[in-house]
Amino acid sequence: MSDEIIKKLELQANVIRQSIIEMLVTAGSGHTAGPLGMADIFTYLYFHELKHDPKNPTWPERDRLVLSNGHICPVFYATMAHAGYFDIKELQTLRKFGTRLQGHPHREYLPMVENSSGPLGSGLSQAVGMALADRIDHGQKNDRFIYALMSDGELDEGNSWEGIMLAGKNQLGNLIAVVDRNNIQIDGYTENIMPLEPLGAKWEAFNWHVIEVPGHDFTALHEAVQTAKSIFNKPSVIIAKTIPGRGVPEFERDYLWHGKPPNKEEANMALKELRTLGGKIKSEHQ
Amino acid sequence: MLNPNAKLNTKVFDTDCEVSPIRKGFGEGLLQAGKLNDQVVGLCADLTESTQMHLFANEFKNRFIEVGVAEQNLATVASGMSAMGKIPFISSYAMFSPGRNWEQIRTTIAYNDRKVIIAGSHAGISVGPDGGTHQAIEDIALMRVMPNMCVISPCDAIEAFKATIATLNWPTPVYIRLAREKTPIITTANTPFAIGKAQILWESSTNPSLGSKASKLEACIVVCGALVHRALLAAKELEGKGVGSIVVNLATIKPFDAETIISCAKKTGAVVTVEEHQIAGGMGSAVAECLAQNCPVPIEFIGVQNKFGQSGTMDELIAHYKMDVPDIIEAVQKVISRKG
Repeated sequence: MSDEIIKKLELQANVIRQSIIEMLVTAGSGHTAGPLGMADIFTYLYFHELKHDPKNPTWPERDRLVLSNGHICPVFYATMAHAGYFDIKELQTLRKFGTRLQGHPHREYLPMVENSSGPLGSGLSQAVGMALADRIDHGQKNDRFIYALMSDGELDEGNSWEGIMLAGKNQLGNLIAVVDRNNIQIDGYTENIMPLEPLGAKWEAFNWHVIEVPGHDFTALHEAVQTAKSIFNKPSVIIAKTIPGRGVPEFERDYLWHGKPPNKEEANMALKELRTLGGKIKSEHQ
Repeated sequence: MLNPNAKLNTKVFDTDCEVSPIRKGFGEGLLQAGKLNDQVVGLCADLTESTQMHLFANEFKNRFIEVGVAEQNLATVASGMSAMGKIPFISSYAMFSPGRNWEQIRTTIAYNDRKVIIAGSHAGISVGPDGGTHQAIEDIALMRVMPNMCVISPCDAIEAFKATIATLNWPTPVYIRLAREKTPIITTANTPFAIGKAQILWESSTNPSLGSKASKLEACIVVCGALVHRALLAAKELEGKGVGSIVVNLATIKPFDAETIISCAKKTGAVVTVEEHQIAGGMGSAVAECLAQNCPVPIEFIGVQNKFGQSGTMDELIAHYKMDVPDIIEAVQKVISRKG
């Protein structure tokens, strides 16, 4: 991956983070830490990796992206809007009455999402079902991939492990799970609420290929996904070590930012941080 | 007399009437559905033979997914397969699917609008010796309350066969309720079946020259599932006592055939509902919701009265929980006495 591409992706992720802040402050409710933390991964997938066509969202040959932890949808919506699925202005309708951008994603209103989500622990299994169906139709050709984006906290759910077991059993090389390993959930730090470590060893024990990467490093993400795609006889999980609230130092690593939006003042501060890249450059808005 | 248009089994009142488990009709129907449509896939949670999915699994090995004892996964994986254009049928015991995995069915199938056919076998107390843990008597309530969900409770193996195939052309997710024990075959291959259509199986003759002791239609018995045969026996006995009645097989509980139910309520002025399910929230509740708004008549409810089941034979349990022929007769007499 060239420096030029990386630079472009970084700028794109920054713009998406700004949209997330703007959406949340207008909505007055919603989740902040997760969406900011996943902005790089969403940017990488939608602006570099995924086989998709925003003008033809139901293109049968597209890769499938299942978002399991629907509460991080601000990053999902912002990325899709910037990728061209719908008008960026619509982002300001998040969580408002009559919006297509429901508090948690709903296919009925936004048909270009693959699945409605919100209740945790069910997304990976839907992706497993997609991967199984793809196997029935196309054998082991692996010419399209099923991505399941999930949180670390939802690994508390039994349904998650049921899906992990079934994917391992069926050697679903066309399935790539991405775990947002940000170490927080609503009630606190994951290792205090319900310890997940050794997380990689757990997935490995269920016959998955495990790749652990820093979640804000586009080169590392790219290598991880390419490796995952090359693993033929196992599903792969990319455990992405992310920083919750990434991009706004005041929000970073604090579980209290899991489930609340910024107020106006905090949003202004956050936008300034993002527009100046943490004070490194002057903002045109100053 | 039996409704001639329903083309029912002429031996339905005979002691040697053929019997077969309702779940078997599902298994055979799924096999046929698999032959009719190559997008049909079957998923089971370690109860393949019990739920009769083995017939499909043996024929279409590459279209069958064994998920192990994991009903939440059963529902969610099926949702994903539906997203890729498959028509998934999932089967387990009703207690576990839709009992255990209700939220997964709600979010990833009904809310998500992914057509999955959910077969809940071993529903009702007629499961028998396995006891209360395995007797789903809340499943109709669980599923009929869910938007975008169709609910079918076939009365015999033949109707289950037809219902299973009919789901192929139905636009929404479907719940099919199945029973374990062998029960009498009521319908025939020629009995009409359509999802959403209730069917009059019995209408007492009120013509004395035809030998009927009944002079008028005094009550309508609305029934579904394995108790339909008992409702017919009750109607026949009532006619012998001079009480004319109609028996309606409400095989599809949702969408609700209001037209047929309202018309029968108007014709008879009293209704008894009969189901192997909790009275609260079940088929009878659906009837009451409709009639309270459209044709308020006295209603009596036959079903389990806010209790859990227990071990026993099907016949013992149906008698114990007051869902047997004498109980239906008594309810009909009571509801008639309540008329204004």
